[in-house]
Amino acid sequence: MTIIVKKITQIIAGPIFLYGLYIVAQGHLSPGGGFAAGSFIAGAFILLVLAYGDKLRHLKTEEFESSLIETLGILFFIITALGALLLSIRLGFIPVFFKNFLTKGIPGNLFSAGIIPLLNIAVGMEVGGALFTIFLEFVIRSSKEGK
Amino acid sequence: MTLFILCITLFCIGLYGVLVKRNLIKIIIGLALVEYSINLFLILIGYIKGGKAPIVEKAAEGGIFVDPLPQAMVLTTIVIGVATTGLLLAIAVRLYKKYGTFDIQKIKELKG
Amino acid sequence: METLLIILLLLMIAGAIYALEAKDLLSAVVSFGIVGFGLVICFLLLQAPDLAIVQVVVEVLVLVIMIAVIINTTREEIKEKIPRSTYIYYILGFIFVVGFIYLFAVSIQGLSEFGKHSTRMATEYIKNGAVKTGSMNLVSGVVLDFRGYDTLGEITILFTAVVGILTILRLKGRKHE
Repeated sequence: MTIIVKKITQIIAGPIFLYGLYIVAQGHLSPGGGFAAGSFIAGAFILLVLAYGDKLRHLKTEEFESSLIETLGILFFIITALGALLLSIRLGFIPVFFKNFLTKGIPGNLFSAGIIPLLNIAVGMEVGGALFTIFLEFVIRSSKEGK
Repeated sequence: MTLFILCITLFCIGLYGVLVKRNLIKIIIGLALVEYSINLFLILIGYIKGGKAPIVEKAAEGGIFVDPLPQAMVLTTIVIGVATTGLLLAIAVRLYKKYGTFDIQKIKELKG
Repeated sequence: METLLIILLLLMIAGAIYALEAKDLLSAVVSFGIVGFGLVICFLLLQAPDLAIVQVVVEVLVLVIMIAVIINTTREEIKEKIPRSTYIYYILGFIFVVGFIYLFAVSIQGLSEFGKHSTRMATEYIKNGAVKTGSMNLVSGVVLDFRGYDTLGEITILFTAVVGILTILRLKGRKHE
């Protein structure tokens, strides 16, 4: 890629990533949530790979890490749901899968809505990891084929 | 009413692509068109005239909201759609590597 | 509002037809982008900002992957003459599609008009959703609290699809002797 593309990517990839983090943190207050945030985070990394693809020689490592994050995301989601089931017995609620056992707080504050922010983070990890893994897999396999 | 008919027309165009076209990429595009039209149809059903986006504001609680349930369902559908499209494209790439063509009739005639 | 949506949908239909009929696969994919981004604007007009955010990123991703596939394989459409016997299938398909649209138009009569939807099921979600879940964004509340099982199934499908893509693309072709 030309130097213009590379410089612009340097400038905007960081803010896109930060915007993804903001969306996942505010998922229970404003439009967004885990799905949108995951796509944004994957998009920031995809932009970097598209601009600097020929310089990065560690795409295999990246692929391993992104699939690891994806797996951790789905694990985190299931553990939160199971933990809600087990802890709600201990706390005296009716035991339900996905029980919102944490305190609701004041609606509108950042720390509110019980386990919804935790599940949002898990979904964001899952979606971001999955989309980035799909993209990397296509890039790696097809570039090998070309040579 | 007109909107629903136009939406199902988009669905039928996608169906036409899946049934008639011989190129694998065109078939994948047709499937994606079908998915998009169904998403749009669900959201069109849930819309209420003058309704706001379903986010409860601190100040003005109340008022009419559009239906949040179809939006929640379509939110999951979009992400599943990109995953299935990726899977289909992966299969298409494998088939191209093996046979050297995207034509499904030729692929059917050639023996693996 | 409704007129604007109709114009957008007509544009999307035109893009879809060109995407299926183009001679060059690259221009087919690019005009497929018309449909996706038109859908984004429709979502924004229909008061669904969450969906618009997701759709715009996902559409870019799908286009990038499709273009990567086409550049690495071939961008030529199949250029063979259609045998005369297949024309009858085209005519049959056309009749089928017209009948399908007619049946749809008949069956849609029971549905409430556009813009006059009554929230039978979601009344409870709208009225008490913010209090019950503590989430200001009702879509987030529905996705992750009332309908948590759906989201669990969804991310399981996503995980399975990624595992499938890894398996298919990594597979080494069997060597024939």
